[in-house]
Amino acid sequence: MQFLQILIDGFAISSLYGLGAIGFTLIFGVSGVLNLSHGALMVTAAVIAWAAAGSLHTGPYLGALAGVAASVAMAFATYLLVVRPIQSSRRIPREEKEIFVLTGTLLWGIMLQEAIAYLFTSNPKTVLPLVPGVVSILGVRTPAQEILTAVLSWAAIGLLWLLVNRTRRGKVLLAASINPRGLTLLGFELSEIYLFVWGLYGLLAGLAGVLLGAFLGVSSDNVGTLTASAFSIVVLGGLGSVSGSLIGAYIVGYLETITAYVVSPSIRTIPVLLLLVLAVYVRPQGLMGRR
Amino acid sequence: MRIFAIPLLVALLLALLPLGVSGYVLGLLTLAYYFGVFAMSWDLLFGFAGELNFGPSFLIGLGAYTAALLNHYQGLPIWVCVIAGALVAVIGGVLLAVPALRLSGPYFGLVTLVAVLLLQNAIVLFAGITGGEIGLDIPDIISIDDGTNYWTALGFMTVSGLILFGLSRSSVGLILQASGQDAIQAAALGFNVTKHKLAAFCVSALFSGLAGAMLIFYMGTASPGTVVDIGVGVQVIIAAVMGGRRTILGAALGAIFLIVAGEILRPLGQLSTFVVSAVALLVILFFPGGFLGTALHRGDR
Repeated sequence: MQFLQILIDGFAISSLYGLGAIGFTLIFGVSGVLNLSHGALMVTAAVIAWAAAGSLHTGPYLGALAGVAASVAMAFATYLLVVRPIQSSRRIPREEKEIFVLTGTLLWGIMLQEAIAYLFTSNPKTVLPLVPGVVSILGVRTPAQEILTAVLSWAAIGLLWLLVNRTRRGKVLLAASINPRGLTLLGFELSEIYLFVWGLYGLLAGLAGVLLGAFLGVSSDNVGTLTASAFSIVVLGGLGSVSGSLIGAYIVGYLETITAYVVSPSIRTIPVLLLLVLAVYVRPQGLMGRR
Repeated sequence: MRIFAIPLLVALLLALLPLGVSGYVLGLLTLAYYFGVFAMSWDLLFGFAGELNFGPSFLIGLGAYTAALLNHYQGLPIWVCVIAGALVAVIGGVLLAVPALRLSGPYFGLVTLVAVLLLQNAIVLFAGITGGEIGLDIPDIISIDDGTNYWTALGFMTVSGLILFGLSRSSVGLILQASGQDAIQAAALGFNVTKHKLAAFCVSALFSGLAGAMLIFYMGTASPGTVVDIGVGVQVIIAAVMGGRRTILGAALGAIFLIVAGEILRPLGQLSTFVVSAVALLVILFFPGGFLGTALHRGDR
């Protein structure tokens, strides 16, 4: 019984982690940016969805849409206001761009977090579930929303896979991640591709945020933890590798769920942290990393 | 010579402050000076060795909690606790750095970040001994007099600053800088890059641990929120980058600015962190050299 419970809960949470991490790794793969405001984007989406559904009475669906839209808008803002100015600045030496992007997005994330805390308080908020009710799977009572979370996460991941592998646009993205200079020589506008990928990223992070908000609830205090967990999953799987991130998400998701159920919820993140340190030392490029 | 003379003159002027200003201002600056040491230690590691340490608060926290536990349970005198704290910080730093230095860039950053999370988890998990989230009270304090506390902190910051700055200007500092900018070329010139980086890590850990241990004897309590939390580390990083990386002294300037600005903006309530972060973001976007970097650059031309 507990085994099944762990299996189901772990699957839902892992799918959600995968969805959250996949955007993070996409942005790194295509444009080489580690976005430390990642958690802030997810929380923005969840809080806007909560506020729209709660105070504006838009209902759960329009609310979720508003949340995802807010996340896309913030992803564009992150790129246009923080990342691009740093990348194109001539006063910052090339070898230091990376640290400036890290510091810049970190500060941007703190600004978003504080703005949310100021406007909506830092109390935990639970987004209205998109589907109500409880379903019984082999005797385990599971909220329908939990099933929807897993289904929607995998649908989004599947669509992303189709986009990257089956469309012209996606092949351009893939090419940009492999050799941006070559792509420019072929006459593609890199800045346009980057804008597209940041929009895509906003969509993925926003969806993950809204689903997380409906599943576990979020507060502006979660921003740091969410960024750290996406960072860990992505490093575990291999920076820039989408399939690696998914595997990483399942390892982290299940390890946390097992620890929480079998040992104690208060130490749920500790085995993951230890595993991460071990993994980084033994195989720094990650499970599926290229390099 | 000018580069040594001006900071010393400033320190001398600051030393006269207790004659004129209130205890409230002194208390604020005392805190800022300890933060200044955190930021300077971080700058040695990042600005010179080129290693992005996301976990300065791991080293600070080790020093602070070692000193706190020794004083709370064993009742050892303050100076013994402080030295023990600094030593444990160095040992912890070496244990972290030896394997971590094999990694580079974001991976090194992540490992140092994880070290902080583990330390914080350990403190919360053993709450019976460490006091958990609430913190541990310290029986001894440096002094109850604002002036004495202020002078202790200022003296400590000045001495640490001189040592760290002197080190950064020495041949060791140059080798570190070379290793940070192009490790392969530095190694090809015959320098042992890892050894130098490890030495930088030890020095950074030593001063972080010392400052962390002294800070808790000033505050009379040690809690994760003040010496271990990732937020503390983020503040240290922001201070160093804002003040001007690769300048050491700029880091102290940035730390004092951050603490004082945070206090001045306190009436804004929750928005104060927002404003400070926004100012920091604008500084790194428009003056990537930071306060001191920009000022020195003007002077050169």
